[in-house]
Amino acid sequence: MTPKLREIKASDITETVAQLCQRANFELDEDVLAALKQAQQTEESPLGKEVLHQLIENAQIAERKNLPLCQDCGTAVVFLEVGQEAHIVGGDLYAAVTEGVRQGYTQGYLRKSMVSQPFSARKNTKDNTPPVIHAEIVPGDRVRVICLPKGGGSENMSKLAILRPGDGREGIIDLVVRIVDEVGANSCPPLIIGLGIGPTAEGAMLLAKKALLRPLGKPNPDSEVAELEKELLSRINDLGIGPLGLGGSTTALAVHAEVRPTHITSLPIAINFQCHSARHKEARL
Amino acid sequence: MDVIHITSPIDAKTIKELTVGTPVLISGVIYTARDAAHKRLVQALDKREKLPFPLRGQTIYYTGPSPARPGRIIGSAGPTTSTRMDIYTPRLLAAGIRAMIGKGSRSMEVREAMQKYKAVYFVATGGAGALLAQCIKKVEIIAYDDLGPEAIRLLTVENFPAIVANDIYGEDLFEQGKAKYRREGK
Repeated sequence: MTPKLREIKASDITETVAQLCQRANFELDEDVLAALKQAQQTEESPLGKEVLHQLIENAQIAERKNLPLCQDCGTAVVFLEVGQEAHIVGGDLYAAVTEGVRQGYTQGYLRKSMVSQPFSARKNTKDNTPPVIHAEIVPGDRVRVICLPKGGGSENMSKLAILRPGDGREGIIDLVVRIVDEVGANSCPPLIIGLGIGPTAEGAMLLAKKALLRPLGKPNPDSEVAELEKELLSRINDLGIGPLGLGGSTTALAVHAEVRPTHITSLPIAINFQCHSARHKEARL
Repeated sequence: MDVIHITSPIDAKTIKELTVGTPVLISGVIYTARDAAHKRLVQALDKREKLPFPLRGQTIYYTGPSPARPGRIIGSAGPTTSTRMDIYTPRLLAAGIRAMIGKGSRSMEVREAMQKYKAVYFVATGGAGALLAQCIKKVEIIAYDDLGPEAIRLLTVENFPAIVANDIYGEDLFEQGKAKYRREGK
């Protein structure tokens, strides 16, 4: 029996992406705002408290005035989960997403930050395209679209390492704490640290990015991984970097780790830094 | 914490009063310049070409604002990461720049140049571009229009909030703050 395919119009994808790009840039998620408010209560440094106060006020102004939370409106990273019984009609899926980014960044007066030929001309593409699209096929007949505008300042601090299997859990902790210690101050803390452990070099970084999509502070369902997240968060907040790097007890709001099986020779670990302007919005079609 | 009101361009006397960790509210004029504009400014200095604005005594703000909606003068305009400007900064300090506003720490070379040329570095809250834009009262693009968000803009600001992160005495807020609140390894 042939399963019945559900039709989804490419133009609906475009419209959805355009909306999500704008909303992500104007509206800070409730969970991030709640975490900033919580941190404002617990932060030990007076300057740190003042910075957190400004960030909360910033979120209110941005939403009220439809102003981007941050002038860096990011690279448009778009995750697609396409149900295997969904059928995109009336156009090419990736072209529809790209058009959505173009429309969203133009209509929303968002900053266009993409440049072509990264090593030479660096010419602005003027509409923030192309997006970075990660698509996967999932069961069902729906399409889930997640837009994550990713700021350059925090993305620039990302790190990939392939540890030796013998380095184990301690090796991971040492590496993450050391890297955050080195670069955390310049990646707009308080941070959300996305970690990808396994399976391969490219797989680890994608996992680390996906870890950022998890509701803030929700632990990994695997208790051993959740323990690792908790220990890392505590160690990172002991570094003293603080909000904006000016010193304090709030360096990270959360550590999210995703883990996959890996090769017998390998222990890949990717760190993707997310600044406090942790923007992502999603929709299901 | 006592906040100091200062006027930009900042005079030589005021510079001496600014010490690390002091919150300030800046009013007056500041120039925006980030990566691409810095590259061009340094190229112009190298070739002894005319500069788009006289650098002596001025304040540079590392920002690339988002576009203004109709009826507004600017979009969001928070600071970008200053370390990327570090390779150009000593040249600009030697040419007379007296203050910089950005986010994140500076290289040792820049810190030494700040001491040598009596300049300060302020941090503004990274990621608070909507809030900081409220302090910008006038915007004029004065050079490198082709760079879009990276063009040099002359901003008139009122009570723009920032914190002294490096002063003319060689102190560094990032080092001080981290040491004060660090528990790791203790």
